[in-house]
Amino acid sequence: MDWSVIGYLGLEGLVVGSIYALTALGLALVYGLLRVLHVAHAGVYAVGAYCGWIAFDLSHSLALALAAGAGGAVVLGVFLDAWFYRPLAGKPPLIPLIGSIGLFLAAGDLLRIVFGPYQHSLPAMNATPVVTIAGVGITATQVFVLAGTAVLLLAVYWVSARTRLGLAWRSIAQDREIAAAMGIDIPRHTALAFALASALAGVAGVMVGVYYNQIAPTMGNEPAYKTLAIVVLGGLGNVWGTVAAGLLLGVVESVSGAFAGNYFPPQAVAFLALILVLLFRPQGLFGR
Amino acid sequence: MYYLTLATLLLIYATLALSLNLITGLAGQVTLGHAAFFGIGAYVLAFLIAHGVDFWLALAAAGAAAGATGLALGAISLRLREDFLAIATIAINFVVVALFLYLPFFGGAFGMSDIAGPFGALGTLLSTAVLFLLALALHESVRASDLGLALIALRESEQAAEALGVNVKRFKVTAFSLGTAMAGVAGGLYAAYVGVIHPHDFGFPLSVTLLAMVAIGGMGTLWGPVLGAVVLGGFAQAFAFIHNYQAVLFGLLLALVMRYRPQGLLGRRA
Repeated sequence: MDWSVIGYLGLEGLVVGSIYALTALGLALVYGLLRVLHVAHAGVYAVGAYCGWIAFDLSHSLALALAAGAGGAVVLGVFLDAWFYRPLAGKPPLIPLIGSIGLFLAAGDLLRIVFGPYQHSLPAMNATPVVTIAGVGITATQVFVLAGTAVLLLAVYWVSARTRLGLAWRSIAQDREIAAAMGIDIPRHTALAFALASALAGVAGVMVGVYYNQIAPTMGNEPAYKTLAIVVLGGLGNVWGTVAAGLLLGVVESVSGAFAGNYFPPQAVAFLALILVLLFRPQGLFGR
Repeated sequence: MYYLTLATLLLIYATLALSLNLITGLAGQVTLGHAAFFGIGAYVLAFLIAHGVDFWLALAAAGAAAGATGLALGAISLRLREDFLAIATIAINFVVVALFLYLPFFGGAFGMSDIAGPFGALGTLLSTAVLFLLALALHESVRASDLGLALIALRESEQAAEALGVNVKRFKVTAFSLGTAMAGVAGGLYAAYVGVIHPHDFGFPLSVTLLAMVAIGGMGTLWGPVLGAVVLGGFAQAFAFIHNYQAVLFGLLLALVMRYRPQGLLGRRA
């Protein structure tokens, strides 16, 4: 067996897994605070990618594209929180879940209607190998996604572990009522969580667009259901378990797709893993 | 002929919505994979008929296979929290569709064809109507039975129901197996009616549509799911002239009903 093939597949999987981790992380954060499955998050991700594409088309600046992707996603995410999720607090979780699926469908289809059903290219970077490690050539786009993800994850770690905002989030996740009684402004902190989650999704959307040099109205479809599997594997609401599960899934999909793709579709790996994990560890792979 | 087809499809949708309502509306178990059981019924019937089994026997087997799978899922669901269950049922849906696609005797992406049912178009309409009436009767008898009262108690508060001596586990599992068996029979009739089935006829989007029928109509009510089936099933027909905007309208309808009338069109305010 040629180890560089494994290395190549593993690297490819790590890049895809980074995107999974960034999108699923926002879902876990929102779940921790609101106990709702924010399926429309995948729609926020796609809208972010389109905002980045428009900004890149106008300015030819990758930095502006990333900023526009994050900005557009934050506006949409915070709006959804204020208009949709906040008034439905206290309803059975099924209600926001169904509505959220509806919002996701509407978002993807609006992108198709406004910008056309075809993919658009986002040629911000060439996929040329820049370094070779152990026979595996690493492209500039891969470095971009991996380094970008690392920076964002460090930033999230810093916010959640070192700031009063992170402390407030943890207290709300642990006990909403007591947190409110302690004077924590829950609507404001929830809005901030939506802002952070959406910014990550928007940046992830732009990074995907740059990595594959394409965006499409259907780009949110796979993340929409896969991130759900990832947050459960990570132990619903457990942010770092979710990141680990996202990276792991990317690698497993990439490797198993190359070796067993004829016997089982790689798209179903996430759910097969989910069923197995729930049978033997109902609290999730990294749940407590 | 057009109205015959439409009526048959709406009756199948209404039966599916009622069967899902047993599980989600009455027992409070959120399911986003109901299309998988519909598909299991359709594939089992198609497979058995291709191997020369009598239609009625095959139809019974379709219901039994779906119900048995539902029984297993119901047993697993006892161990899961509500949100886990919703996602686990999505997982079941994707894995079942993958099995239809990849198991060689199910015909792969081409699906199965030449599924010969014993009826003509009118006979199919009548048989789906009979199934729909059975579904109504089963739904009502479950709701009015001790079981149904227990299910409603369970939905309101699991702890309180348990404290009153309701056997929560048995009722959840019963709701799952009844609802999924009914979906399996509906799948069998559907397969015999259309004659050709594909894996993606039974995918996650159909599960979402079915749950949307129940939620938009009014969860836990008798006529809510039926109304939801007619509204959403007829939606595609009624809005065929603007089919470019169908998905966005469907999505917005879901979001707006959940936002401004969360109990559904026929549901009472909680």
